[in-house]
Amino acid sequence: MSQAAYDPRQLRFSESHEWAHLEGDIVTVGITDFAVDQLTDLVHVELPAVGTEVVQGEPFGEIESVKTVSDLIAPVSGTVAEVNQAVQQDVTIISQDPYGQGWMIKVRVPEGTTLDHLMTYDEYQQQIGGGA
Amino acid sequence: MSEALLRTPLNAWHREHGARMVAFAGWEMPIQYRSIVEEHQATRQAVGLFDISHMARIFLSGPDTAAFLDYLVTNSVGNLSPGRIRYALVTNPQGGTKDDVLVYRLPDGGDHSHLVVANAANRQKILEWLERNRAGRRVAWVDRTLQTAMIAVQGPRAIELVARIVALSSGSLAELRYYRAATCRVVGTEGLVSRTGYTGEDGVELIVPAEKAVELWRTLLEGGTAVGASPCGLGARDTLRLEAGLPLYGHELAEDISPLEARLEFAVKFDKGEFVGRDALLAQQRQGLTRVRVGLELEGRRIAREGAEIQADGRTIGKVTSGTFAPTLQKVIAMGFVPPAYAEPGTAVTVLVRGHAVPARVVALPFYRRAGR
Repeated sequence: MSQAAYDPRQLRFSESHEWAHLEGDIVTVGITDFAVDQLTDLVHVELPAVGTEVVQGEPFGEIESVKTVSDLIAPVSGTVAEVNQAVQQDVTIISQDPYGQGWMIKVRVPEGTTLDHLMTYDEYQQQIGGGA
Repeated sequence: MSEALLRTPLNAWHREHGARMVAFAGWEMPIQYRSIVEEHQATRQAVGLFDISHMARIFLSGPDTAAFLDYLVTNSVGNLSPGRIRYALVTNPQGGTKDDVLVYRLPDGGDHSHLVVANAANRQKILEWLERNRAGRRVAWVDRTLQTAMIAVQGPRAIELVARIVALSSGSLAELRYYRAATCRVVGTEGLVSRTGYTGEDGVELIVPAEKAVELWRTLLEGGTAVGASPCGLGARDTLRLEAGLPLYGHELAEDISPLEARLEFAVKFDKGEFVGRDALLAQQRQGLTRVRVGLELEGRRIAREGAEIQADGRTIGKVTSGTFAPTLQKVIAMGFVPPAYAEPGTAVTVLVRGHAVPARVVALPFYRRAGR
C-alpha cells in the first residue's frame, strides 16, 4: 500500500530504533534510518499476521541483515490491523524509504493510548549521538 | 574484553574513512566501510583491498626448520622449493585442528627460510606450540606480526592493479603462479608478494614493513580508481570465503574437529612420515568418520547462523558452523557437519532457524567458483 513518507520530526521513537505514528486508533510502526544504516544489507523481515496481539516492549517480528538478526520491538500494545506485504516481498524498500513505503505494521490500539512514553525526535537524535 | 585491542598500522586510516570497527581475535578491525554486499561485489567484479595485518606472521630459520614444520603440520612442506607455498593444518595429537596456516618456503637471499601465516586468534597458541615441540631442533623463529603489515588485493583486476606498483626480483607478477611468493620492490621498500587469498578470486597478498602500510594502501587505492578498487572489511571477507567454501578457524575448524572431518584431506599427507596427529587421523580414517563438513543451500531468506540444528529423519544430525546470505548467488548458504550418510549432494535436510524448520539441501563445495577455474 502506498504511503507518503512521514516527517521524522513528527514521529515518536523507541530505544530499540522503532518509530511510531498515531492517527485515530491506529499506530503505524517502522524502523529508523539510523537502524537501517546500522544493519545495512537487509535480507529478510519477519512480520506478524493481521490479528496478532502485540505487547509494548515485546518482540513482534525480526529483521535480518547479512551481519545479524534483530528483534523488532513493539512500541505500543494492540492488535495488528495491517501488515506491509511489500516489505516482506522486497526488504530493500525499508532501507530506501524507512519513514514511508518501508513502514512495517499498523496496530489498532485501545482508546486513550498515547505515544508519550516514546522519545521525541530531538530526544532520539540525542540517543543516537546525532545532536538535536 | 578488558585487555586493550591491538591495532594494525592502518587503524587510523580505517577510522578516518568511516569504517565500523569491531573487536576480532584481540584486534580492532574494520567490519565494513559501506555495505558488506557492495564490498563483496566490488571484489567479485573488480578489486577489493583487505587489511589482514591481524594475521600472524612467524618467520623461521635454522637447518632443522623444514623438518620441524613437516612434523607440525599435515601437509608435505619439508620439500617445498624456494618461493612455494602450501596450505596445511596444525593438528593436535588427537587429530583435532590447532590452526590452518599457509607455510611459505621463502625465496632465497633473506634472513629466514620459512614463513608461517596463522590465524590472528591462534597467534599465541601457535607460538607456544612451536616452543613446546622444539625438542632441541636447530630452529629459531621470530613473530613479526606487529612489525609488518599484510594487505590482500583480490578480484579479477587485482593482478593488473598490483603489477603497476610492484617490481618482482625476477619475472613479472602476471607470471607468478598460484601459491607462489616472490620478493619485490614496492613503495620504496622490500616486500613479499604471494598469489594467495581467501575470497575465491585471483589476487595477491602483500607483506611490507608496518611503517609502509599506509603508503601501500593509498598507492593501491589511487592506482585502483581506474579499475574500481574498494576497501573491504571483515564482513565481506566472511561472505566471500563462505561462497568460496573456505573454512574459518573457530567455525569449520577447531581443536575437536579434524582436517578429515572438515574435508581437507588434500592437505593431509600420510605418506610423508611422522607428524603430530598422524596416528589419530589414520585411526579416524580406518574407523570411518562420524561427521563431515558439507555445504547447504536453504530455501527462503532466513539465515542459518552458527549453532543452528540440522535435522533429517526426525532427529538432529548436526549443526551449522557458518551461514550467510550469499550476495553473488542471491541465496542463503551455510556450512555445517553431518554424518557421512547425509553428506551426498542433493540430500534433503531441515535446518532449524530460530524456531522455523527451513528446508535445505546438501550441495557440493565450493558454492561459488570463478570463471576459468
